Amino acid sequence: MYVSVKGGEQAIDAAHTWQAALRRGDAAVPEVSITQLREQLGLAVDRVMAEGACADPELAAQALKQARGDTTEAAFLLRAYRNTLPRLGASLPMDTGAMRVERRISATYKDLPGGQVLGPTFDYTHRLLEFAAPIAAPPVEATEPAAAMPRVSDVLAREGLMARDAPSDAEPADITRDGLRFPADRSLRLQAMARGDEGFLLAMGYSTQRGYGNAHPFVGEIRIGAVSVEIVPPELGFAIDIGEITVSECQMVNQFAGNAEAPPQFTRGYGLVVGRNERKAMAVALVDRAQRAPELGEDVKAPAQDAEFVLYHCDNVESTGFVEHLKLPHYVDFQSELEKLRSLRARWEAERAS
Amino acid sequence: MAVLARADREALRAALADGAPLPGWTRLRGPETGLLMLRGRMGGDGQAFNLTETTITRCTVSMDGRMGHATVLGRDAAHAELAAAIDAAMQDAAFRETLRQRVIEPLAAAQEAARARDARRAEATRVRFHTMAAMR
Amino acid sequence: MIAPGFADPGMDSQACFRALLTAMSYPGRIVALPSPTGMPSGLPPAMAALVLALCDEQTPLWQDAGDDAAAWIAFHTGAPAASLEAARFVMVTAALPSLGALCAGTDEEPQDGATLLLQVAALSEGAGWVLQGPGIKDAARLRVDGAPDGFVAARAALAPIFPRGIDIVLCAGDRIAALPRTTRIAESG
Repeated sequence: MYVSVKGGEQAIDAAHTWQAALRRGDAAVPEVSITQLREQLGLAVDRVMAEGACADPELAAQALKQARGDTTEAAFLLRAYRNTLPRLGASLPMDTGAMRVERRISATYKDLPGGQVLGPTFDYTHRLLEFAAPIAAPPVEATEPAAAMPRVSDVLAREGLMARDAPSDAEPADITRDGLRFPADRSLRLQAMARGDEGFLLAMGYSTQRGYGNAHPFVGEIRIGAVSVEIVPPELGFAIDIGEITVSECQMVNQFAGNAEAPPQFTRGYGLVVGRNERKAMAVALVDRAQRAPELGEDVKAPAQDAEFVLYHCDNVESTGFVEHLKLPHYVDFQSELEKLRSLRARWEAERAS
Repeated sequence: MAVLARADREALRAALADGAPLPGWTRLRGPETGLLMLRGRMGGDGQAFNLTETTITRCTVSMDGRMGHATVLGRDAAHAELAAAIDAAMQDAAFRETLRQRVIEPLAAAQEAARARDARRAEATRVRFHTMAAMR
Repeated sequence: MIAPGFADPGMDSQACFRALLTAMSYPGRIVALPSPTGMPSGLPPAMAALVLALCDEQTPLWQDAGDDAAAWIAFHTGAPAASLEAARFVMVTAALPSLGALCAGTDEEPQDGATLLLQVAALSEGAGWVLQGPGIKDAARLRVDGAPDGFVAARAALAPIFPRGIDIVLCAGDRIAALPRTTRIAESG
């Protein structure tokens, strides 16, 4: 039996009008501007940029406003917009070692070249709601600029205690062109997680610390700051700098027992995310290390080590699409379930009566 | 090119405002907005991987037989076109020096000042430990 | 100095795509394309327009129209130069390469088959080849002046590998006619 699912156009228009009115809120309250969102809710904008897989703060702020602050809906809007633009090329790999660092901390070395630079952070706040308007004092400036900051992993690598990632310019996998394919190599995993849902990845990372995955991680280094973006336009044939983008990077250091080929040493989990988001960079680094288990000859037992489980479920646009499709009309499917259940019930009652 | 790309439309217009106008130009390509795939390296120094896309706008103009190119982050077509026009004019000996003085050097100085300010802010948040001995 | 492309890239590309869709939907029907404001010598306007409308950095391209054309295509579309076997678009203005060498896609992904843009001298409807197949009611007639020798036979030789195959767009001046892989040239008189 087919059930008509046409109609409802007027209802949909009215629903959207109401949604738009709710988005605007009380008309007596001034409307928030996209610039205000970008400037004053920057971390929400950054989250939308990362999950929307398009590092454009204006677009992300616009999406956030249109979505009434729903970051998943905003990421969806941003992904959809992004799909209308042509791909003009790829950047050279960004050099995070040359980052203009605003924050850089290490939990493994107290005294390291360049020092522990806290940068703008919520750490050390008392998490008390400030009912009085917080004081907007200009940031403090030292007389000298911050010193150069070599990577912590280089310090360990010099001692031969850190497994190096071999530099390579092999063409990396691209989830936007090829989709997810398994086994997923590390380049695909890092890309998928960079745009993955922060909450999901945080939970997965947390699970590795609680025994679901063989992890005893240290934060080798977290660094946040601006990195240069360089491209090589074919018509020029040399690299040009087209500006800077802010990223968050985490190097998670893990002990590794060694195997027949490799001596006992430290291995790294790596997380790189656009915008200021060290929580997500840390979570990605934890899960990245967990997913290197097969490569390092470790047993794959925990959810976070299972690349298919993590990568298939970390994309919130995809997840929300499939979960939310359940609210669409399933009248026909349900009708058949209903008939089946009625016949089962009839048989059950007949058997009980006999 | 980096200085022009890192400036914005208003800064370029303001820098050009007092002085002889640029010669006319025609558009050869763009300004067009598209996506650039940003790449990182595993562990910061390993194999390249695709991080995420970002918006860029590029423009190529022709000015008195010279080609000027620009690619800028974001979606500002006027910024890209003006940067391309300045790039073309800078290849003309008649304009090179005045543009360097009027546009490039002041913008470069302002950008460097902003970077230095950020570096001093970062330094102000560097922790000074008070311990008896350094530990490795 | 590199020649410009479309005067209005968005609208012209869109119009070009729509015209190609018509040509592909009605094999043998001749449609005119908007011409770019500039193009390298040796490229017929229709071929130049199709390249601008269809190619980008994701579409490897093989062409025989020379260095100026290569530079112009790279500048406007970003399409990387590729071998005949790897190309998604193949532009032929001179000798026809062996059609069997072109990528025909796979049975799982037949859409990966190459699109051949082939320059011919002139196109006219109502006489010439008799075309049959999807999109054609009974039969269509297309007269092609200057088709390479052996073209009809070489194309027919690919029919058995369907759904794999190549799609062909004949270009003369600013006009095109399409021969998708499903179209049969029943009579080449």
